[in-house]
Amino acid sequence: MNGFVMALRRDMVLALRHKSEWLTALFFFVIVTNLLPLGVGPEASLLRKIAPGVLWIGALLSTLLGLPRLFAPDHADGTLEQMALSPIPLPWLVAGKIVAHWLVCGLPVVLMAPLLGLQFDLPVRSLGLLVVSLMLGTPLLSAIGALGAALTLGLRGGGALLSLLILPLYIPALIFGAGAVEADLAGISAQGHLSLLGAILVVSVFFSPWVTSMALRIALE
Amino acid sequence: MSNSIINWFKYASPASFYPLAGRMIPWFSWLAVVLIASGVWLGLFVAPTDAQQSEGYRIIFVHVPASWMSMFIYCVMAFWSALGLAFNTRLSGMMTAALAPTGAMFAFLSLWTGALWGKPMWGTWWVWDARLTSQLILFFLYLGFIALQSAIDDPRRADRAGALLALVGVVNIPVIYFSVQWWNTLHQGASVSLTKAPSMAHVMLEGMLVMALGFWSYAIAVALTRVRCIILEREITSEWIKRNAVE
Repeated sequence: MNGFVMALRRDMVLALRHKSEWLTALFFFVIVTNLLPLGVGPEASLLRKIAPGVLWIGALLSTLLGLPRLFAPDHADGTLEQMALSPIPLPWLVAGKIVAHWLVCGLPVVLMAPLLGLQFDLPVRSLGLLVVSLMLGTPLLSAIGALGAALTLGLRGGGALLSLLILPLYIPALIFGAGAVEADLAGISAQGHLSLLGAILVVSVFFSPWVTSMALRIALE
Repeated sequence: MSNSIINWFKYASPASFYPLAGRMIPWFSWLAVVLIASGVWLGLFVAPTDAQQSEGYRIIFVHVPASWMSMFIYCVMAFWSALGLAFNTRLSGMMTAALAPTGAMFAFLSLWTGALWGKPMWGTWWVWDARLTSQLILFFLYLGFIALQSAIDDPRRADRAGALLALVGVVNIPVIYFSVQWWNTLHQGASVSLTKAPSMAHVMLEGMLVMALGFWSYAIAVALTRVRCIILEREITSEWIKRNAVE
């Protein structure tokens, strides 16, 4: 547990000293979602219909943007090896890093989403639901993404490879996350979607630090 | 190890598996040729014309077995991956790597033949049906596995990283399948269902099973050939290859 707090604090301090890194991911989210109306036209009814999917895909891509930095800098300067050798269980350290990644890359996206939702003419009720679904979904994206980041650590073309590995695994989160908002827009209860999203979140947050540590040990061998 | 118990790990060594694979390849190759030829004959000449779909339905003799194989091969890959991670056997990783391209090929074949069938039957090459979508995602999972393996230079790391990915993938397949299914039904209602007519003529089912067995033999023959190449590539410096394998 100590290791969890330690890794979390360390990564947060590092992130706050390099503000450009996470601000880039946030602006990426804003710009990608703002490009879409320019591509498909400004018709309000169409925009309202595609808003949940667009915002969710934007969140997904901007999470992906921060993933290579999850382990790569620590791998480059040898910190990661020290972590793997330390008596503190590696999964705790990894869990701390995952939570830090979510706080840096996921949470700003969640907080920014309602504002972008307004641009897409989403009703206020759905905006709340959008925040809830992203709140459940973005930690899930960080947890699954950490595995991909560990598997592609130090490889040629790591970033593109990472998206090829991880994006198919993001599909359930996308379906239930965007589905919750869409169901609400259509006047159906979104509870089923949110429950399933929460269930997947619990399972992946439980297993991800453990599997990611295995992948890190393979990469460090 | 005493002689009284079976040595389960005898063929886990590439040196003893290499000749065994070499002896098995011709058998499975001929079996594949015979089975696929008789499957094609059953499918194209013996099976009756379908009442609703006329002649166009005959592509299912390729389509359905290919879909089965693509799913089955991923499970076999996961099996070898688990074995490789548990027992640290080198051959398991090689088998997984050898199976992946065949699985990807079957997944692609299933999508392609599905599109060819969908055009005359549904009037469109592609619908966002739950099965089509999850088959496409399975194809992506295969591509991800192959890309990861080919990006890693160290074969041991490639095997173990690939094994982990295959296991995570196989856990995800049911989740993805059900999520896509619910997504589809929640959105559009049952638009197009792939479910066949309630009763299928006996000979159609037989033709499909024969084709499936033929594809099975083909997959085994090809995977064994590929695993032999991988063994040669990786063990080229070892003594036993210099003594036996290179004739």
